[in-house]
Amino acid sequence: MSKKHEIQFLKKQKTINETSIITKEHEVYLKKVKSTKRRIVITRILILVIFIALWQIAANLKWIDPFLTSSPTRVVKSFVSLYEDGSLFKHIGITCYETILGFSLGTILGALIAVILWSCPLVSKILDPYIVVLNALPKVALAPIIIFWIGNGMPAIIVIALLISVVTTVISVLTGFNEIDKEKIMLMNTFRASKMQILRYLIFPYSIPIFISALKINVGLSWVGVIMGEFLVAKDGLGFLIVYGGQVAQLDMVMMSIVILSIIAFIMYEIVAFTEKKLVNDKN
Amino acid sequence: MSLLKICDVSLNYHSIKGETQALNKVNFEVNEGEFISILGPSGCGKSTLLNIMSGLLEPSNGYVLYKGEDIRNNLDKIGYMFQKDHLFEWNTVWENVILGLKIKKQLNNESKERVTELLDTYGLLRFKEHYPSELSGGMRQRVALIRTLALKPEILFLDEPFSALDYQSRLLVCDDVYNIIKTEKKTAIMVTHDIAEAISISQKVIVLTERPSNVKVEIPIDFKNDDLTPFQKRKNPLFSGYFNRLWKELEKSNE
Repeated sequence: MSKKHEIQFLKKQKTINETSIITKEHEVYLKKVKSTKRRIVITRILILVIFIALWQIAANLKWIDPFLTSSPTRVVKSFVSLYEDGSLFKHIGITCYETILGFSLGTILGALIAVILWSCPLVSKILDPYIVVLNALPKVALAPIIIFWIGNGMPAIIVIALLISVVTTVISVLTGFNEIDKEKIMLMNTFRASKMQILRYLIFPYSIPIFISALKINVGLSWVGVIMGEFLVAKDGLGFLIVYGGQVAQLDMVMMSIVILSIIAFIMYEIVAFTEKKLVNDKN
Repeated sequence: MSLLKICDVSLNYHSIKGETQALNKVNFEVNEGEFISILGPSGCGKSTLLNIMSGLLEPSNGYVLYKGEDIRNNLDKIGYMFQKDHLFEWNTVWENVILGLKIKKQLNNESKERVTELLDTYGLLRFKEHYPSELSGGMRQRVALIRTLALKPEILFLDEPFSALDYQSRLLVCDDVYNIIKTEKKTAIMVTHDIAEAISISQKVIVLTERPSNVKVEIPIDFKNDDLTPFQKRKNPLFSGYFNRLWKELEKSNE
């Protein structure tokens, strides 16, 4: 009887495969999906192009004051001049370095703390209100203190970025750990698995999607921490360019930095999203 | 001598609101090679009893003996199967069935060969590299059983192993699991609330009372033909007699 059951199951799979011989109707459907996709991409690009064109035209025709709002050509000019004096990539590099270090350290440290709290439920219970307070506290408020403690430099900025992401990571990863079916842990107990083995074979693989989603959130949070830190430390980086540009009334420089910032933030997010796709979706 | 002996097992649950007595002096014995079902009204502590018998939970009073020795010194002899298959979705069928071996550091050529043989016998070898999400419910349950059998347990504890399946696959998987356990010559103890399932699969049904539960009655089941599958037993004329009797026992225990 089980054989019959299996054959039925195999047949079901076969019919799924057979539908891959494309019928007319299916072809029309596929075409429609494709054209919708294309239309979405084109519209996206169009919005950007129209926005930039309008910005330029409005500035040229003096509808808006280019001193206050800058304009695409001014942004490009500012970009070129910084590029020529060789400091542009230094600033971009420093900001990226701080951000990457901030969110990866924040994620790793957060995950580590979550593992410790998971393995000592009593400690986790005792510390719960403190974690809630730390989570509610706007971490940038600590920035001046950290600069005093660590010194006016890059380490302070990285610590600020790390602090911003570490508490949310602890909370989201710990919640993920505790959501695991209790019976799965019992199953591991019937194998007499040690706590380390439960972590290795059950909790970690189960939590990969949770780590990645924490990483995704942390990328965004880290940018906030780094830019804030650079505002305060004010030596290098895109945050410094923004503050400096504001102080010397060079709004072109500010706008340019913001444009670069959005592009890099977008790219970084896409990299994480791509990793997620590779790691999570491939398995299912 | 009996393989497993349950002596005066009691268990109390504690909560802030008070103490609940779940089990009260449960006594029975299991012989080698037997298939026993524990039947009882829902919430009567059947699964709790199973957890105590398998050494996962410590009783408040009493003890469980395996061949005359405390079960907790013989934890390697037991295998446990849950209501849900609890296969790890991120692992292939193969990685799932060798999980227990890997954890117990018993993964070697001999054990690998044995697992391969089990997969082959029960029609799962060609799905070795598949992920659980690609299997049907019945196949998943069989994989879970092989994962348990891979560790060569002497006694199997089954906690409502079919109740997560739809009716049709339940009957099919019931036959499968019964055959596998019979061919591998294992002793098995199953907890269920399904009267028909208990009659069709086991040689003895133990009925528990309401909480605080103890053994109400032990009813041996004999169809006079050991080769009948659970499915065939359901159609046997003796079946309805057993059904009515157990139904009445359960009814009384609900009073």
